[in-house]
Amino acid sequence: MKRLPGIPASRGICVGPVFQFVRQEIVVEEKCVDNPQAEINRLENAISKAKYQISLIYQKALTEASKEDAEIFQAHQMILEDPELLGEVKKKIENQKLSAESAMQVTAQAFSDMMAAMKDEYFAARATDILDVGNRVLRILLGIAETPTADLKEPSVIVADDLTPSDTVLLDKSLVTGFCTARGSATSHTAILARGLGIPAVSGVGDSVLKIANQTRIILDGTKGEAVIDPDEETVAYYQQRISTAKVLHEKAMEHTHEPAVTLDGVTVEIVANIGNVKGAKSAVENGAEGVGLLRTEFLYLEGNCLPSEEEQYKAYRAILDVFGDLPVILRTLDVGGDKEIPYMGLEAESNSFLGQRALRLCLVRPDIFKPQLRAALRAGVGRNLKIMFPMVATAQEVREARKVLNECIRELKNEKLSFAENIEIGIMVEIPSAAIVADQLAKEVDFFSIGTNDLSQYTMAADRTNPKVADLSDAFFPAVLRLVRDVIIAAHKEGKWVGMCGELAGEPLAAPILLGLGLDEFSMNPPVVPLLKQILRGLNASEMKLLAEKALQLETPHEIQELVKEQVPFIAELVG
Amino acid sequence: MKESKIVVNNKVGLHARPASLFVQEAAKYQSNIKVSTTDPDTQEFREANAKSILGVLTLGVFQGMEITIRAEGEDEEGAVTSLLALVEKNFGEE
Repeated sequence: MKRLPGIPASRGICVGPVFQFVRQEIVVEEKCVDNPQAEINRLENAISKAKYQISLIYQKALTEASKEDAEIFQAHQMILEDPELLGEVKKKIENQKLSAESAMQVTAQAFSDMMAAMKDEYFAARATDILDVGNRVLRILLGIAETPTADLKEPSVIVADDLTPSDTVLLDKSLVTGFCTARGSATSHTAILARGLGIPAVSGVGDSVLKIANQTRIILDGTKGEAVIDPDEETVAYYQQRISTAKVLHEKAMEHTHEPAVTLDGVTVEIVANIGNVKGAKSAVENGAEGVGLLRTEFLYLEGNCLPSEEEQYKAYRAILDVFGDLPVILRTLDVGGDKEIPYMGLEAESNSFLGQRALRLCLVRPDIFKPQLRAALRAGVGRNLKIMFPMVATAQEVREARKVLNECIRELKNEKLSFAENIEIGIMVEIPSAAIVADQLAKEVDFFSIGTNDLSQYTMAADRTNPKVADLSDAFFPAVLRLVRDVIIAAHKEGKWVGMCGELAGEPLAAPILLGLGLDEFSMNPPVVPLLKQILRGLNASEMKLLAEKALQLETPHEIQELVKEQVPFIAELVG
Repeated sequence: MKESKIVVNNKVGLHARPASLFVQEAAKYQSNIKVSTTDPDTQEFREANAKSILGVLTLGVFQGMEITIRAEGEDEEGAVTSLLALVEKNFGEE
């Protein structure tokens, strides 16, 4: 038995066999062949298999992901049918007596290089597509499994270096009981995916985990941040007990999750969800969320190969708003910058993209991106409870500029006689320390705030949350961050405005008493956490929590603060284990 | 042989979805179909197989550029007419 400490990336506990997610390298031997016709036959066979695989993925993406996602695979299909590319491969086999593998590899590389040489981000993406397609054919020719998880047949704990979004498209999520990664952090893709699925994940346990044999028993404690390799029976029994306790608690929490969260002394707290697509919307409703505190809109931009049109966005937003009927939905305008790969936008790489021209800063200089989104949102909000919020606000001036663009859109829609949502609430994310510091000024410009604790922590603590060496510092439980939260709430309430929170802290059980004590009006979190948070809030007394919050903010470390909460509110300590 | 010229007026030119639609349409015909253009900046003449997505993409046809569609074969008439119609209606873009 061996215990590996890591970063708690998604709460919960699981026990299961290890499944190592290993990408097999494609190695092509260069050799001449005697029978070119046989090679051409092999090539044609491999291509028709590749086409079949892609058509299956396309169907899967259509039902499980989005149309934009699926279109990538349609593009792959067309590359496989390209007469110029195939003609060149065949010519290489015939004239240079290359094997099918060699010819395919050399040709795909050449076409890809040609695309990459066009010095345009759009072509750079196509260059990647060509290599993707080429590699698929090569894998078939070499007999390498299509995906590292092709042999995943029973519920398992996925162990990997770290996972990218493309790694997880083909993953059968129903067979994944947890994720354990050697690298990565609490905010990497794997962590976000796990929290969305409501399964445990532990990140950053180190490379030794990659050497564990498949089928080895592993326990993940995603709440504490620990992996136990090859546990003894006693340890397994202990965790099994905790799993069944958690299951009972979850079922109990689910029973009342469709009722409001009212504290012991009668304060009603709004519990809403963070979502990024229709699937998330449905999960939010099932889990009892009372609306959406953060609708991320990046999905529309990340998956396609050109800017989503106003019409596409309108339909996507409408589909999500329809799931919620009269419940509030806060749409956050585009939050991207130089760190996200959106080739067609032509964003310049910045030396420090988290401090660069991202989110609202980008939108204000790119009306071609900003206006269609605002118009689509306004139109989709007709007869629904839509609110709009702007991310990455640092100054009051930015809010006024954003409002100016919004008003232009409203005027245009009026002139075009299109119907749109009128008098909607406008808010901002408070995630830059400057915004928190001048919250009193900003509160005059908006209808509400939503505190983004992930960014607020990393900017306040000057610690990159994706850098494992300093990720510890980027913790919202530090009193410096919590004091800013307190100040923001006080400033907003003075102006009669309400405050929500959509960072990870809002869904953190140990933070709930403090946030309630500070007077937070709305908590927004991943859908699977909603039932637990509602249950916790119902067990608290808001006025007592004021004292607890005051005490907590006088402490120095996240650990001290969490211990105080556990001591003062023992039932939460029991719930989170 | 059948040949015709047309200006591409849709937003993204012969890229992304419009390029796919163009190639898919061309693939419906038996004829040999070429599409060509002259770069407005460098005056460089470029030609591609209209059934090749990679070829069409690397032509670099942006909004406002003129292309020549040339087909040779039994169904050349229909090929040129339908490809022209596709460009004419801006590939169904809004």
